[in-house]
Amino acid sequence: MAKSKKSPLGRRGFLKGAAAGAAAFAANPQSVGAAAQEQDHDHQTVPSDLTLRVKSLESLLVEKGIVDRAALDALIDTYEHKVGPRNGARVVARAWTDPEYKKRLLADGTAAIGELGYQGEQGAHIRVVENTSKVHNLVVCTLCSCYPWPVLGLPPVWYKSAPYRSRAVIDPRGVLQEFGTEIADDIEVRVWDSTAEQRYLVLPERPPGTEKLTEEELAALVTRDAMIGVAKVSGSKGGRI
Amino acid sequence: MNGIHDMGGMQDMGPVRPEKNEPVFHQRWEGRVLAMIRAVGATGRLSAPSRPAIESIPPAEYLRMSYYERFFTALIERMIASGIVTRAEVNSGKAAPGSTRATPSLRPADAARLPFQIPSGGITTGAAPRFHVGQRVRARNMHPAGHTRLPRYARGRAGAIERDHGIFALQDASAYGRDNRLQHVYSVRFAARELWGNDASPLDAVYIDMWDDYLEPA
Repeated sequence: MAKSKKSPLGRRGFLKGAAAGAAAFAANPQSVGAAAQEQDHDHQTVPSDLTLRVKSLESLLVEKGIVDRAALDALIDTYEHKVGPRNGARVVARAWTDPEYKKRLLADGTAAIGELGYQGEQGAHIRVVENTSKVHNLVVCTLCSCYPWPVLGLPPVWYKSAPYRSRAVIDPRGVLQEFGTEIADDIEVRVWDSTAEQRYLVLPERPPGTEKLTEEELAALVTRDAMIGVAKVSGSKGGRI
Repeated sequence: MNGIHDMGGMQDMGPVRPEKNEPVFHQRWEGRVLAMIRAVGATGRLSAPSRPAIESIPPAEYLRMSYYERFFTALIERMIASGIVTRAEVNSGKAAPGSTRATPSLRPADAARLPFQIPSGGITTGAAPRFHVGQRVRARNMHPAGHTRLPRYARGRAGAIERDHGIFALQDASAYGRDNRLQHVYSVRFAARELWGNDASPLDAVYIDMWDDYLEPA
């Protein structure tokens, strides 16, 4: 990694570089409110400033022989289609139906998840935390956006947003309420702040009335939000993603 | 650094707004940015780390930018700091006249598999642990000017070691070039009331992963 003792980016140096971006920003004030909450996305037909700037950087890197456009296409295809919360749902369903697997999963999440063929970046050290009738778990990364990519894919915008990162640790029950998830006062809420190399996956409670479902049918019930800990798994389909 | 990125415990950021049926990328350029980060990273020449670059974005800009805009901005600064491109090249979008042309390190055939690769070999040797599971500890009251993974809201607070995760390289800027970077990381349990006072639930807790350097006996 970096050998210099100082941060490679002095703020002064950064500001110099940001000047061009700030000028472009001033010319497009419409984006102020949109970006403030990181939620709203412009669906504009004219190319945005960022579209042009990213294109410009890409052609520079291609011209210099640093990146290959087809390699970028292949990476994007993987992120869009090959990783995602269906992987995590299969892990959860396996844990619900195989007690020995569940034991291994809770003892060494990375290895047990690897048994199902899921591994990769942002997943070298995955810990699985179990919801029970006494404990509800919630995952956050207050400093950045750390998230277990091999089992959940790329994080949703709200997980990376300032509202979630700031309040999940100080007001987890309030945040859960905003997701429609009520946690009784006598249940302990554990918040996992992913500050180091561990990434966290919540093993939700198996909903009642699902005893006859197959592993595959169970996996279809498991939502991304339940594996982050902002929702519970419902016995019927139709919950949020 | 006590920067805007260290958000844990702030209360004025508004409601969390989930989006139904959210796409992986909202705009095409977002995917290009993430892919470029990986492809440039594969050259092995991107020596400037990502997190300090993101945290160096001035606070008002940081809040205005989306996640991928921050990563894009940081990528440019990291590539310039690492000597991969010059600012003039970034501004013009053209390679400087006479500059050498490399061969892309990441070939299309390997790119699709890259996200499934994990860094080889865990770290198993290093300093002995200074704390044991169950031990009471206190997060140090420290305010380094560079990158750190010790969130502000935990500093000075007491908790207990819940698990020893093993040995990892300390990511703090102050640790670069030091010979004791390899340290144990622990999961430390902090009672919600220790962090936030008596308005918090008496049952709740926050678990934070902490390197040895962040802790002292309580």
